[in-house]
Amino acid sequence: MNVLVYLLPMALGLGLTGLAAFMWTLRSGQYDDLDGAAVRVLGDDDLGSPAP
Amino acid sequence: MSMDGVLDLPAGGPISRQAPPAPDLSLYLREEADGRPAMDFAVEGIDCAACIDEIEDAVEALPGVAAARLNYTSHRLAVAWSKAADPAAVFSTLAGIGYKAYPFGTDKAEEIERNISRHLLRCLAVAGFAAMNIMLLSVSVWSGNIADIDPETRDLFHWLSALIALPACAYAGQPFFQSALRALRNRALNMDVPITLGVMLALGVSVYETLHHAEHAYFDSAVMLLFFLLTGRYLDHAMRRKTRVEASNLAALKAETANRLDEAGAVTLVPAAAVKPGDRVLVRAGERVPVDGVVVSGRAAIDESLVTGETLPRDVVAGGMVHAGALIHDGVLQLRTTAAGEDTFLVEVERLLERASTARSGYVRLADRAARLYAPMVHTTAALSLVGWLIAGASLHQAMLIAVAVLIITCPCALALAVPAVQVVASGALMRAGVLIHAGDAFERLADIDTIVFDKTGTLTAPEPHLAHAGRLSPDLLAIAGRLAVGSTHPLARAVAAAVPGATPYPEMREVAGCGVEAEVEGVLARLGSPEFCGCWDLLVATEDIDASFVALRVGECKALLTIRQTLRSDAVEVVRRLREMGKSLVIVSGDRPVAVAPVARALGIDAWQGGATPADKMAALQRLAAEGRRVLMVGDGINDAPSLAAAPVSMSPIAAADVTRAQADLVFLGERLVPVAAAIAVATKARQLMRENLIIAVIYNLFAVPLAIAGFVTPLVAAAAMSGSSVIVTLNALRARGAPGIGAGEGAGS
Repeated sequence: MNVLVYLLPMALGLGLTGLAAFMWTLRSGQYDDLDGAAVRVLGDDDLGSPAP
Repeated sequence: MSMDGVLDLPAGGPISRQAPPAPDLSLYLREEADGRPAMDFAVEGIDCAACIDEIEDAVEALPGVAAARLNYTSHRLAVAWSKAADPAAVFSTLAGIGYKAYPFGTDKAEEIERNISRHLLRCLAVAGFAAMNIMLLSVSVWSGNIADIDPETRDLFHWLSALIALPACAYAGQPFFQSALRALRNRALNMDVPITLGVMLALGVSVYETLHHAEHAYFDSAVMLLFFLLTGRYLDHAMRRKTRVEASNLAALKAETANRLDEAGAVTLVPAAAVKPGDRVLVRAGERVPVDGVVVSGRAAIDESLVTGETLPRDVVAGGMVHAGALIHDGVLQLRTTAAGEDTFLVEVERLLERASTARSGYVRLADRAARLYAPMVHTTAALSLVGWLIAGASLHQAMLIAVAVLIITCPCALALAVPAVQVVASGALMRAGVLIHAGDAFERLADIDTIVFDKTGTLTAPEPHLAHAGRLSPDLLAIAGRLAVGSTHPLARAVAAAVPGATPYPEMREVAGCGVEAEVEGVLARLGSPEFCGCWDLLVATEDIDASFVALRVGECKALLTIRQTLRSDAVEVVRRLREMGKSLVIVSGDRPVAVAPVARALGIDAWQGGATPADKMAALQRLAAEGRRVLMVGDGINDAPSLAAAPVSMSPIAAADVTRAQADLVFLGERLVPVAAAIAVATKARQLMRENLIIAVIYNLFAVPLAIAGFVTPLVAAAAMSGSSVIVTLNALRARGAPGIGAGEGAGS
């Protein structure tokens, strides 16, 4: 019984964090271009200094 | 024809093709949240991931551009400037690296769809969160009930579940509640009514049970139900949104702009929507007429195939009427606008449409039909078991519980998923085959058809004309023709250019409006254009082909006549054969002249054909077929097809079709090939079979589960297992729609 006191809030807290994260991704438009996200990850333009 | 006849208008000021008018794009400019000017472009020609970097880097290198972001899904580029906007530079930069861009203004409808889609996703997220956490609590209670859970702990878990479920359902259930409310207000029942009732009752009873320290609560069922249903609804919506994005890009590509002439005769490029009746508008070779109007001056051959289906160009002179959508073949016209935007010739067509679409209301959505039968059945069964148990001597509380259990177990979970799940999977399969769906219930109707009525121009034939007999020309001449043609915007020149892939324009070229293009090639003058322009009139007299358009080529003294005609879509013959093998009877009804229809019908082996049909004739032909008891699929693309598309039980049009036509079609197919038509029928047939199987599975589940519930044997564990079990089976069965035969052939048909 005693473990529930912190396990339950922890479980719910984790769930709520996930929900909040999802809402944030939705608001920042991360689902607007799903095909683009799939190919952009392959781009090398984020490596900093360009190759010589 | 001499050079001085090239530009005989406008009177007030000289214009030349070398200096295009400055476009007025202020209508498309929008302001970012931080006040910077920004604009969207629809970009044509994006086909690989490398295009993203190429385009973004090129545009961001322009002075004044703060950011450029390409959306790879919708093929749109958003550009923000740090100070003053300079859209013209973006156009020329993109053209320089080989992409065509068009100004793009987001339309209201698309904005609304986007908001709905986001709202559904938020609802889905909330329902998912609630379902997971309540399941966590429920599984503990179920196992606790078998083992030894404290009643206090169980109550705590139930209260926690209520705390999560009540707000979550209030939020995530909105799409269903609103739709049910709308239906009830119209004194009708749809599938959302029993869903809403089921969710409400499950929650109400659960709260009641919790208050009375009972062993069971049904919060999990209610939330899971919403989660499953929202998944289906979101996917369904996402699919339809994709069609709309595709269509509005195309509308932008069709460049709905107009060259407006002011009093002094200066030309401004404005969006077609900004033109008002009375305005003077200039249209040149290769452009589509943006408005309905009367010709003030000039002379041109216009192609009205999109308006009437007639492929032979018509000559118009001062005083003649032109309709929006007509294509100028050669010449320059100055029009006085009689109707613009929403008031064009299209309105007449739309009036016909309104009448036609009422004819379709006989077809009711399958799910709603099921709801109409099923919803009263659910309620009656629940009410009867309540009365039955009361008569049998049970207490009111006990009888009530059993009645609610019946209601929950019959809650149309599997039944509600049976049809949409198949729809979602089948639509995905269709999308890969290059077919987009407008109407959710198109499958049911498409699977029923036994007759297909085709339009000819743009449907059986390719949307763009092609160079015929390219082989007859010597390769050298063809190469010169290709290089000349690349420099022109004329539709016939585009057809020549398409026959010579990779041709580069000559550096010094002149386009003579209404005549053609010329350039110096190895010391001699080379011309490509009208037979008069090239002095090839004698060659034209020698041919008797009335079904084709001609482009003449002259290099020095060497002359040649190129034949341009509407060719069949590359796979039309094979697709027609396949459709016949599927047992469909085929008919061609075209607005084009019978002489032009006959060879197409012969080439395809279709005996039943009709030429010279007006829109009313087309509808009459459909009515005749309907009277014979045939179930008809209409495939067409012209504005003249729109009424018959609306009247036909199910309709399909290529994406290159006129806007008003495409809006009427249940399905829209992409690409240059006809195979999506066959693929759509194959998928629909398979999908209907799977929908039937799913409905049978759902009914069998209910046949077993409902008597058990009525008898009072159903515990929440059994109900949950049975409910999700039946849902999973139905979903898995729906996945089989992916492998419908005949889809593979359609690969690569997408744009």
